Parts: sequence; C-alpha cells; structure tokens
Amino acid sequence: MFDSIIIGGGHNGLVCATYLAKAGQKVVLLEAGDQVGGLAKKREFAQGFNAPVANYVQHFSDQVVKDLGLSKYGYANQGADSPLIAVGSDGQSISVLGDDLEGASDSDQAAYKTLRRSLKKYAKALNSSWNTAIPKVGDNSLREIGVFAKMGLNIRLMGKEDMQEFLRVFSLPMRDLMDENFESPLLKAALSWDGLQGARLAPRSPNSAVLALLLKMSSSTEGGVSLGSSQLISALTQAAIDAGVTIKTNTRVEQVLVSADESTVVATGVKLTDGEHINARRVVSGVDPKSTFMKLVPADYQEIEFIGRIDRFRSKGLVGKLNIALKSTPKFSADVADNGRLILADKMDDIEFAFDDTKYDLPSEHPVLEVTIPSSVDSNVAPAGKALLQANVMYLPQHIEGGWSEQAKLAYVQKLIAVLEKYAPGIGELVEAAELLTPDDLEKEYGVTGGHWHHGEFAADQILMMRPTYGAAQYNSPIENLHLCSAGCHPGGGLMGAAGRNAAKEILR
Amino acid sequence: MTSNLMTSHEAYTNEHGKLSPFHERQAERNVRGAWAEWNGYKFAEYYYDAQYEYFCVRNQCGTYDISPMQKYMIEGEQALAMLNRMVTRDLAKCKVGRAMYTVWCTEEGRLIDDGAVFRLADDKYMLTCGAPMIAWLRRAKLGFTNVTVTDVTDDIAALSIQGPTSYSVLRTLNLTGDDALETLKLFDVREFTFNGKPITVSRTGFTGDLGYELWVDPAHAIELWDAIYAQQDNYGVHPYGEAATDMLRIEAGFIMPFVDFNEAHKTIHFRHDHSPLELNLDWLVNFKKPMFNGKKALLEEAKTGPEYRLVKLDIEGNKPAEEAWLYADKNCTKEIGYVTSAMWSPVAKANIALAMVKPDALKGDIYAEIYYTQELRQKMKVAKCELKDKPFWAPERARAVPPFQY
Amino acid sequence: MKQYDAIIIGAGHNGLTNAAYLAKAGLDVLVLEKNDYIGGAAVTRELEQGFKYSNCSYVCSMMRQAIHRDLDLARHGLVLVPYLGTVNFGDQLNDVLVDYPNESAGYNEWRRRNPHDADSRHRFETDLARYAQLIRKTLLRTPPDPTSFKPRDIHELLWLGKTFFSIGEKQLYEYIRFFTMSATEFLEEYFDDPLIKAAMASPGIIGTALGVDSPGSAYILLHHVMGDVDGNIGAWGLARGGMGAISNALMSAAKSHGAEVRTNSGVAQVLVENGKAAGVVLENGDELRSKIVVSNLDAKRTFTKIVDRKDIPERIFKQASNFKIRGSSGKVNIALSGLPKFIGVPDNRYINRGGQGFCGSLKTMEKAYDCWKRGTWSDDPFIESVIPSVWDPTVAPPGQHWMSNFIQYCPHELADGPWTPEKRDAFADSVINKIERYSPGFKDLIIHAEVRTPFEIENEVGLTEGNIFQGELTIDQLLFNRPFPGYSQYRMPVKNMYMCGSSTHPGGGVSSACGANAAREILMDLKKANTVPEDDFYDE
Repeated sequence: MFDSIIIGGGHNGLVCATYLAKAGQKVVLLEAGDQVGGLAKKREFAQGFNAPVANYVQHFSDQVVKDLGLSKYGYANQGADSPLIAVGSDGQSISVLGDDLEGASDSDQAAYKTLRRSLKKYAKALNSSWNTAIPKVGDNSLREIGVFAKMGLNIRLMGKEDMQEFLRVFSLPMRDLMDENFESPLLKAALSWDGLQGARLAPRSPNSAVLALLLKMSSSTEGGVSLGSSQLISALTQAAIDAGVTIKTNTRVEQVLVSADESTVVATGVKLTDGEHINARRVVSGVDPKSTFMKLVPADYQEIEFIGRIDRFRSKGLVGKLNIALKSTPKFSADVADNGRLILADKMDDIEFAFDDTKYDLPSEHPVLEVTIPSSVDSNVAPAGKALLQANVMYLPQHIEGGWSEQAKLAYVQKLIAVLEKYAPGIGELVEAAELLTPDDLEKEYGVTGGHWHHGEFAADQILMMRPTYGAAQYNSPIENLHLCSAGCHPGGGLMGAAGRNAAKEILR
Repeated sequence: MTSNLMTSHEAYTNEHGKLSPFHERQAERNVRGAWAEWNGYKFAEYYYDAQYEYFCVRNQCGTYDISPMQKYMIEGEQALAMLNRMVTRDLAKCKVGRAMYTVWCTEEGRLIDDGAVFRLADDKYMLTCGAPMIAWLRRAKLGFTNVTVTDVTDDIAALSIQGPTSYSVLRTLNLTGDDALETLKLFDVREFTFNGKPITVSRTGFTGDLGYELWVDPAHAIELWDAIYAQQDNYGVHPYGEAATDMLRIEAGFIMPFVDFNEAHKTIHFRHDHSPLELNLDWLVNFKKPMFNGKKALLEEAKTGPEYRLVKLDIEGNKPAEEAWLYADKNCTKEIGYVTSAMWSPVAKANIALAMVKPDALKGDIYAEIYYTQELRQKMKVAKCELKDKPFWAPERARAVPPFQY
Repeated sequence: MKQYDAIIIGAGHNGLTNAAYLAKAGLDVLVLEKNDYIGGAAVTRELEQGFKYSNCSYVCSMMRQAIHRDLDLARHGLVLVPYLGTVNFGDQLNDVLVDYPNESAGYNEWRRRNPHDADSRHRFETDLARYAQLIRKTLLRTPPDPTSFKPRDIHELLWLGKTFFSIGEKQLYEYIRFFTMSATEFLEEYFDDPLIKAAMASPGIIGTALGVDSPGSAYILLHHVMGDVDGNIGAWGLARGGMGAISNALMSAAKSHGAEVRTNSGVAQVLVENGKAAGVVLENGDELRSKIVVSNLDAKRTFTKIVDRKDIPERIFKQASNFKIRGSSGKVNIALSGLPKFIGVPDNRYINRGGQGFCGSLKTMEKAYDCWKRGTWSDDPFIESVIPSVWDPTVAPPGQHWMSNFIQYCPHELADGPWTPEKRDAFADSVINKIERYSPGFKDLIIHAEVRTPFEIENEVGLTEGNIFQGELTIDQLLFNRPFPGYSQYRMPVKNMYMCGSSTHPGGGVSSACGANAAREILMDLKKANTVPEDDFYDE
C-alpha cells in the first residue's frame, strides 16, 4: 500500500513526489512513456541529436532547488546566460541580457532600465503568490484573509505610485506596454515575446500578457534563460530516487479508482492499462486537468458543472517546435551570440498578423520564430562538429483545415527553413534532418491536451484560485484524496516546479 | 432573384404561437378565445370558464393538452448513468414500464426543474418537464460517450385525461396491449394499440386525482381526440386550461415553477432559487446514491437545515392569502415567511395555501397578513394558519387498482 | 472682469449635465462650446432639408433615469422610446434572425434556428443580467482609490467588495472571467448557431479597438447590455427628435437653473495661476475667469492640447499622451425616399420598426477587425443600422426616411496615407454596397448621405482619434484607472480643475453619469449641498 501515487513523470510530478517522499511518504510515480521528464524529456529525433521540447529553463523555482538540494545533483539556477536577441531581417540586432541592452538607442536603453526596474518590482510583489496555494474566496477563513492580505500588502508596499501603475499595467496588451516605452519596432517585438509565447495571445491581446511576463520573472534569473533543460530533469530524477520515490516507466494509468458511499466520493488507487490495480491513500495527478477529469476519472462521480468547467478550461496550444539537425553551426548575417535566444520578428505587427491566421484555423502564413542553438552550450546534444537548432514557431493551431498531414508538415518545414535562410543564408544546405512538432503532435506524443505547453492558457481568468477551475484550485478536487500537481494548477506552466511543490505542501498540510 | 427570396417567410410565422396537434379541436371549443403560451405553443388559458372546467375534472373528467411539455429521449448504454448523475432519485429503481417524478439540481443543490422520467426500455428513457431542458441535458451528458439525447417535443402529441371518469372514457377506446388498462398502477407506463396505431399510456398527472397521460404520433392526435370526445355525453369530458390546472395542482400540493420555486438557471439574485429540501421534497433526494449533482451541497444543507420549508396551510376565513406575508404573532411583528400559492379550495371548502416558512417557526403560531379588495376598497386581515401534512385533495380513487368504472 | 463660479469646457451631454447640477446648487456656471451647435456627440443635425440626423450617437440605453427624472427632462422636451425587433442578417442572403421583443415569439424564432440555443438563451440572459446589475450599481458612484487610506475610499472599497461578494463565491469567479474573456469564448459556452453568436457578439465590438476574439471583448458586450429603458434590460431607446433632443433638454434644464451656454467659443487654453485653474482663454483671445474649470473634453485632448504641459506633472502628460483612445467606428447617415425592403424580411408592421444588424458571422466580424488593424476597412463590414423615422414623425418628411448606419471598423489613420474625400467615398461605398446586397434597390432610394470616419468625428466633435467612448474601455482604463490611476475621482492634477466627460468613470455611452458624478465631487469640494440624485435602477 502506497501513501501516494503520482500519475505522470513530468517535472511537476517529480517535484511533488520528491517532496512527499522526503516527508516520509511511500510514493510511486507512474509514467506512461519510457522515460520521465514530460515535455523536457530527451528526444532523439535524429541519430545523436537530443532535442527536448522544453529545451531551456527560465523560471525554475529557487525554493525547489533549495528544498530538494538539486545542486547536489548538478543543477543550479546559475542565472541567465542566454541573451535575448532581437534579430531583424535587415541584419540589425539588439541583445538583451538581464538589465543590459546592447545595440539600442539611448532613449530605448533608458526606457528599458526604467521599465525593467518597475517590472522587477511587480514581479517581486507577486512572487509569494506563486509559491502558495490560493484559497477559495468568500468564506472569510483565516487562511483566506491571510493569503489575500499578504498579496494586497505586497502590492501596497510597492508604494502608492508603483501600485497605481501596477494596477493599470497588469492588464495591458504587450503592444501598449511596448509602445508606451520604446521606439525601436525590432526591440518591441523581441521584448513582447515572453509575454506571448505559449499562450493564445498576440501583441494586441489585453489582460494576460503582462502577468505571464511577470510569472517568468519570478525566479532569481529574473526572466533570463539558460539553455539546456536536461540537467534539471536528471537532477530532479536523481533527487526523487534518492528520496525513495519508486519510479515506474512504461506504466500507463487507465483509470483512477473511485469508491463512493453516502457521504463521500474517494479516490482509492489506479487501474493500469494492463489491468493491474494499485491502491494508495491518495492519488496525485501530474497530467493535465482535462486528461485527468475527462479521461481518468469516471464521469459518474463528477458533478456536471465541475466537469463542464474542466471542459471549458482553455487549452489550445499554438506553438510548434522545429528541430533541425545541422552539419555545422549556422552563420547568421546579424552579429549574434551563439548561445542567444533569437527572436525573428521585425515588429509587433509581424507577430500580430502571424496570429491572425490561427483565428481561422490556418497556420501562420508568415510565422515568427524563437531560435536557439543548444549545441553551442552543450556538446552532448549533437554529434561532434554538428549543430542542433531548435525553434519555437508561432503560431500553429492544433487542427487546421485539411489536417496536419505529413505532407502539410513537410511543406511547412520548408517554409520555416526558408524563413531561417533569410537570417542565416546557406542554412538550408546544412540541414541533415528536420522535424516539426505541431500542437497535435504534442498532444499525441506527450499527452498534453490541446498540445498546450502549460496544460491550459495562463490567462487572468485561469490563474490563482481559478486554475484550473474553482473546485480544484487548491491542488485538490471534488473527489477526496484525488489531488492535482500539474502545470494546469496555479501558478501554471513553464519549467517552474511551483505547482508540484505547492501541491505537496497542500497534501502535507 | 429577389422575388422568390422575398417570399420566404418561415421566420415570421413565429409571431403567432406554434399550434399543438390538438389545436384544431381545441380552437373550436375555446369559445372565449382565451389563449396563453407555453414553450412557444398557443395554449388555452381556459376554454369557457376556469371554475367550470375545474369541477369537470373533479367530478367527471377533463383533457389537458400537454403537447407543449418538453420531451426528451435519452438512449444508450450509459443512459441510466447519465440520468442518475443528473437527478436526485435513484433511477436504477425505476423498472421498465414505470415512471418516476424527480427533480434535478445545480452543483449548489438548487432546483433546476422537476419532471417525470419514463423508463421505456432497458436503455431508453423519456424525460418530460415543463421548460426546455436541452441545454442542460447536453451539459449533463458531458463525460459520457454512450448516450444520445433527442428532443422529441414536436414528435409526440400528448394529452392528459384526468378525473374520476377518465378510466371509463379510456375503456371505450378499446386499447389493446400486453397488459389490461385496468391493471395500471400509479406511475405505470404501457404500450397499447389504438385503432391499429401505437399509443403509450401512463397513469400520471398533475391533478392529484385518477388520471392518465396519452402519448401518440401527432398524425393521430385528432383521431384520439375525437374518440375521447365521442364519450362526452356519457362521461362528461371537457377540455380544461391553465387556470383550472393551477387550482387542481394546488389542492394536490404540487409545485409550480416561478410560483412556488424559481428555476436556478433563471434566477438572477444569489439564493433566490430553491433547494429540494426547502421545497419539502426530501423524499426525492436519495442520499444513498453514490453521486448525483448537488449531493455535496445538499448533504451540507441537510446538516444545517434549510433556510425555508414549503408547507401546506389551512387558513382561517375565506380570503385567499395570495402574496401574503407570514408572521409568528398576531401583531405581525416577527416575519417568518411568505405564501407562494393560495386559493379557496372548492372541494375541501377550505382556504388553502402553499407557503415558505422558516423551519424554526413551524412549531409556533403562524399568521397570514392577507390583503384583498372589496369593491375597490383595500382591506387587510390577519388570519390564523394551520399546518397540514397531507394534500388537500388525495382521494382513494386516485390510486385504486383497478379503478372504479362508471 | 466677471468671475464665474465654474466654466465647463464643451457642451456635450455630460458637460450640460454637469452644468445643470452645479447651477442647481446655486453656482454661476458658463458652458463653452466650440461648435455653433451644442450636444457634442449627442446631436440632431439637419444636413439635408427635412431630414434630421442623429449623426453621431444614434441610440441610448444608459441614460440614468434618476437624472432624467430629477432634471425633469420630460418637461424640457425629452421622450425616449425603446425600439425592439432588430433583424440580424447572416453571411448568406435570406438568413435572418429576428430579435422579437415578445418572449414566446423570440423563443420560437431561436428554436427555429437551434433548439439548444433557444433554451441556452435563458441561462445566458440570467447570467448577463446578474453581472450587468453589479456594474450598473457602480454607474452613479465615484470609484474608490485603492491606494488611499481615506475613510471615504475605504468605505467605498468595502461597499464594492460587499456588492461583488453578494453574488456568491461561484458567481464571483464567473464574473471575473467576464472581464478577461473574449466575446467569442463567452458566447461559445452558450450557443452553436453562427448567426445567433454573431448577433449576440455585436455589442462586444461597438466602438472598441478589439475584435470578437480579443480577450476583454466580453466586458464591452456587458457594457452595452447593462443599460435599460423602463426596466427592459439591454433595450435601446430612440430619442424623439433625435439624440440632440437629449442635449437640448439637458441644456434647457441647465438654463432653467441659471446656467449660461455660449457656442462658437472654442477654448485655446486653461488658465493656471499659482498651480490653480483660474479660467480659460478662448481661441479668439478672450479671457474668461472662474473659480473652477471643468473639462468635458477627453483626457488626451484636455492634457495635451488645452492645458500647458508645464502646469501639470510630467507623469500626467505622459499618461495623457499614452491614453488609449483609438477610433474604430464610422457612420453613414442616409436620407431615403422610401422605406427600404430587405431580402427575407416581409412587410411586417412589427419587425420593420426595429433595427438592422448586418453582422454576418463571428468570422466576418473578426476579419473586419483584421482590416482595421492593417489600417484599412473591410468591404464586408459589420453595420448596425436603425431607421429612426419609422418611430419618429419629426425626423423625416412623411413617407421618407433616414437610416443611421454605424460601422465597425473604420480606422482613424489609413495605412496608405491620410483620409481624402475619395477614400471617404470608397469607405461609404463599402457600406452602401453591403446594404444593397441585402436590400436590392436600396441605392435608388438614396437622397443624401453623410459619411463620417473617425477623422471627421475627431475634427467636428472633438473626440480624439474619433473614439466614441472618449477612451477605450479596457481594464487599464476602467473604474479607478479611468482616466488615469489616482485621478479617477474627477479631480485633476491642477487644483480647481475637474473632468466630467466619458473619459471618466463609468465611461462612454449617453448616460449623463460622468457629468453627474463630477458635479457631486465638485459640490463636495465647494462644501455645497449635493444636488445629484442617487441612482434608481430596476432591481429585477
């Protein structure tokens, strides 16, 4: 008999399992695939090339690093080392790393410093909110009052003017935030990127982009990125094993076992696809909320409105992943650092118009890209002398007119290589292998509903005590002893680990 | 191009109500032209006189057109599971050939509507209710793959025949089937053949008296009507409308939406809707069932007790206590509730009402503050109320098997 | 030199409302209007003999009845008539949806298209009413400052909290979603039918820089259905005699309390002395002095055009420059020699008195938005039309009519250079051609047409960029953020200066609420008895 079963070996599942095991629980983690790591697990798409979908770390929780002693296993939030580089089709480039901006006008430099200072202040004020369960509102419990008072106080402590500005700015579309501050269209496009990527948002979309940006600034890297997520996953895996977590791969859960009596509905274990039953005191789902409640828990035991709210949880992924195996490291016309994160968009309208196509179920006619060359920092990801290029492509809907046939994908890969060719002439010649993962592929291969990176939109109405929805927002669910710990919970996605940690804290409370 | 397009006016017939399959005959009898509307159907408020029609039902029998009632077929392997998650009673206990009156609630345990579920076959149910429910049924289906919900409202003509001579009238129709009509118990449902055409008969109704509901293909509606009305001189059949129905149902203690309760999905203000416990429908709430929508909230409410209780009142005097406030004292200082439905009951010769009363006030005195007019003068009286357990009208004959034949 | 108690810049409906309440409190009030007519965007203009266009705003539903009643506007000539029965047209000719005011007819009409939607509409309308009534309660109240520790602000914040919590935990979450969702997402939770969705979505884009797919458009939808006429929530009213009748009645009420109104008196600058507003300088150089100055102009115009930059904190100048006030709507006002007939719509005495919604589908509407984003207009625009003359015998000669056509979207600036008369005509053609498709022979009825792009609206009415709300209605510019954080209580950074236009809470729409709220704050500062009534809304 286990204390806890964790379904799914994504990074949040690993984090949650390790916290529970460290607290003395007997924990088993069940992973359907042959390795753990979720979207960050190894992916050998061409011989010798390892291209995880989630290939860089931006805001992994410092608290988790500390609590789980990840440094022992070779992982540290060592600070951002990969600059964000705005690359223009004309060869111009602006490089951003931390508080420093290179290649921009004086006034943009000054504006960046001012905005950065404010954003860091807001991010800091919000930080404690990400690292705790947000109680439900309205019952005036001490805990509720405590958490919200702390949230309010943190915001108030910014000072009157900053608070006023925060209350105005948090809902701004990226476009307005950028237009208010900067001159350079190229810089605006690149700086807006982190507020938009992974969400159904374009520069003109209000309400959620700034919050997403602030979430990404929550760890000590302050929004900066370091390439290579594999170290993180192997550290988490080792930490889990050392803490005593039993990890079973190739073990797919078919159903959460539920028993009900007059007064309660309780989760008692899981049934595997091979028919085996595993019983436990509690079941913790690390898979996305939609899969959990629409596929794993029998409908008979769920209230109608609740399952309806899960069903409406917005989780339409729009980001494609392009992996290219290259004969050698490509040369960009612009002067860019090898370890940079290149944003290929000349102006915000390029992003906006790329988004417009997806509204009509079309992939972007003129896609915008975020390009990294992981092989420039990690020699293990590509055979010696060769190079790996990975790009996040915006925007690709999961379902397009005519479907994502192999042919359609091949044609789109050609389109993307043509885009890259503009920035790195000759790159086409270097291509050994290429693959495109659409959101549909992500759903099929990684099991995330809608192919959404974060299991569901990080949107103002889908965060805090509303993520994934009320009734399941405190890492529990209407079914007793069934808990959630995935990115579909507060505070959401990215390689962050906060959801896994918060879930464990709630379970142990 | 334009001329033929201009003449396509399908949309604009909707200004007039839809016509029931029985409309042609009912229109002949609606001598006062008193039409109301129900779910978009033109529908009689009364035909000649409400009181007259009421006595026809209590003394002989009457027909009431329930074609506008909403009817849904729920079929498939998971039909039972889906419905059982939705309604508060345990439909597993409803055998084929039986019907159940039940309610269904929101997750907060507030009443969405009430209605009857007919089990027509192992995997086939018909749900009938007063208001459209297709949007809720679609939501209630979420998570189940092996079940279909079909709106058959316009595909079935339905006529209720109620009153002591209803059975005698039906006998003359020479219905043939596996079981004899006389064996039908309350809430039984049977298939018969009428003039070679299929007809479903259920022993159900909304009057608290002996009565049946007949379900046929709309194409045979007029034929059925005519056969029933051929017995008019023998058994006194008369159509009755909404006004008489309202009298009949209050005497029987049946609740009416937007009168005695507010449908949850149509309630704007927080908690202005009602729970089945408030409506004294505890007997419909099966807490033994593993799960049903609203169970958690209702369990909680059962612990703390509902805010109000719907009760039956016998009120002193003869002035109907319509919209009256209720008090614990004669001076009307301590308010304890309000009347939802009230009337003078002609059969019970009593001034009756359904009312919402705070549970802790039920042990004490109840007074109604009744306003009425007398030749345009506003009058008020305070009347003592007495709680009643039983419906004001529940004759033996309503349940008798076989029913009495005239 | 005479010193007025208050000078109000701009004789729009809010400025006049403000004047009426200040005058009612005994103040010596002067209203200055740059045009030779009053009313701002609530005007009736006879641009073709016998035809009286409401050439800007054309319907109203947000007009606070407490003000209507309190200022005795009926006696000053105002009659508001609810109009109902709008016909919505789908992308396909002959595909129509009639919005019957009669519940049963409406149900059947929806059921004809989609039984599920006909049922779902009950819950939709309940939900909408629930959220609308919450917002409606805030209309005639001054927003609290969340950063303030003043008892009044704390009290008002608590009131807001209590009001919002009164709907219950679950509804509170649902309500929050409303602010952040798109109209499309919101509607898809209720409806399937493409035309029903489009017709229901149309209030979500009126006047905005958002599309039906943009997050936040659900709130605009609410903003447009929270009004009421005589308790009919979401109903729209026509003013007998055109929208100018509202302004005229307000002016008449203001004058009856002693206010003075001067037209042809554009203000060049607000006089600021020792950090205090002291009067105004007119465009002709005249100087007028007053104890307080109230601007009915939009926030951007006020602080970037008529207040000297050195008289205000730089932060405010920046915020005013960044104030989001993108224009997105156009109007084509057309005089007709007869009543147009529409494909699929028979001669029907009831529905021909309603409006016409050329909404097509969500996709058509979103595509029109895409055009606007690209600095052009769609040749398949969303048009909301009404023919006021079928209700109102005073606005067109007998047997003849005028049709108000409101177009979403129309850019303020075109991608290919400034507006020219040719481009304006081309824009009008896109509108008229679309109507002609649904109403063959329509063009032959046209006697006169007036075309107004955001460019004309800015130049004639004075609304910056032609934005009809005096500032976009997004969260960053609502409630305590409107117009700027810290200045939502109608007092401006210059002492003795106030704002009373739609740039302030509760925003656009012919509601008179901004003007009345501002008056209440001014009177409080002057330690005068309040003359502004409390709101009187139907609590259904």
